[in-house]
Amino acid sequence: MNDRLMIGTRKGLFELRPARGAWTITKTSFLGDPISMLLADPSDGTLYAAQALGHFGVKLQRSSDGGDSWQECAAPAFAKGEPDDASVSYLLCLETGGPDHPGWLWCGTVPGGLFLSKDRGDSWSLNEALWHRPERKEWTGGGFDAAGIDSICVDPRGSDRIAIGVSTGGVWITEDGGGAWHPSSTGMYAEYMPPQRREDPIAQDVHRLVQCRAAPDTFWVQHHNGVFRSTDGARTWQDVSTIRPAKFGFAVAVHPNDPDTAWFVPGVKDECRIPVDGRLVVARTRDGARSFDVLTEGLPQQHAYDLIYRHGLAVDGTGTCLAMGSTTGHLWTSQNAGESWTLVAGNLPPIACVRFC
Amino acid sequence: MARVAFTANLQRHLACPVQTAAGTTVCAVLDQVFAAHPRLRSYILDDQGRTRRHVAIYVNGGRIADRDHLSDAVGDDDEVFVFQALSGG
Repeated sequence: MNDRLMIGTRKGLFELRPARGAWTITKTSFLGDPISMLLADPSDGTLYAAQALGHFGVKLQRSSDGGDSWQECAAPAFAKGEPDDASVSYLLCLETGGPDHPGWLWCGTVPGGLFLSKDRGDSWSLNEALWHRPERKEWTGGGFDAAGIDSICVDPRGSDRIAIGVSTGGVWITEDGGGAWHPSSTGMYAEYMPPQRREDPIAQDVHRLVQCRAAPDTFWVQHHNGVFRSTDGARTWQDVSTIRPAKFGFAVAVHPNDPDTAWFVPGVKDECRIPVDGRLVVARTRDGARSFDVLTEGLPQQHAYDLIYRHGLAVDGTGTCLAMGSTTGHLWTSQNAGESWTLVAGNLPPIACVRFC
Repeated sequence: MARVAFTANLQRHLACPVQTAAGTTVCAVLDQVFAAHPRLRSYILDDQGRTRRHVAIYVNGGRIADRDHLSDAVGDDDEVFVFQALSGG
């Protein structure tokens, strides 16, 4: 079990540690400021916290002492004079470059830029190959006014293979470390598009894309209109119709060692983004989507209107401990793969991301 | 030299004391400030050099007209104020 849980919220960063069997808030940072994303780099222990300051733009903070002190480093930014007049408005996802690239960071932004730092965030460069793909101009906003890259999956077998999820722009893959990209959404469909563009790879709203660490050919996607699974390295996708009680949602987590086990947090539908019947549940499959358990123990089962954002659900390195943070500031953890949940805090600010570090 | 002052809310994030800077436009004045305080630029301007949406810049008592290029004139005895707009929650 990981022994640290980091929570990024609308009003600050919270660190939790297990104490006598219960997760307890042990540290706070940046109180009052929105935190959009968190990352711990296992290669050197550095922590990163992405800020979305309401007035003063996006910032990236770095800590080398476990969060006791933070220093601002460079944040991804588009070059002045960039033809599309783009300006980064949100740091939506942040991942390391893989074990063979210590100190490398990939960052997905709104609008849909993919940036790489090779020096722990001291400087960033835009991935021009992806940005200048003609299809990129067709990406549209999904949750934000502009498109955002919300997921970056660096293949554990080789860090040159990277899959990204775009809301809205589908799944994209590079096989050469970002030199060339191709869309890879075959099998997905978009109910919210005109029939002629239902299967357009660029129209697929990938709310979240995750990859199984031990079986990296298996990916899961929580899509705007459903759940999809791939077992061939995100090349093709199968619709998952067995999920209950609904197929809409934002978050998904996959077991790090069992590609057939994944968790989701369904909501009614896109035009009604609340739990079905006011009952917050987690949907879990353990058989590769042939069936789903609807897990309720410890979760509110009446008048619950919590929404779990795309980065608001996390599983630890063992696959047994989960954390889930909601838009209404509730934080739950599970020590038994989701069978039961414990409310850790009920009065936090709206939670954007949770991460075991 | 114009006098340049910043909202106290910005001081939460980085030091930006009242200072003087030369220039005949808001852009020129702020460029001189940013030359001495490089981190400050991204707090005031977006990636394309435009005034951030939720930042307001005044010359004396008047809000600047050109938020994108900061071409509003500044005189030697003028005061440039950088505030946060009343937005957010």
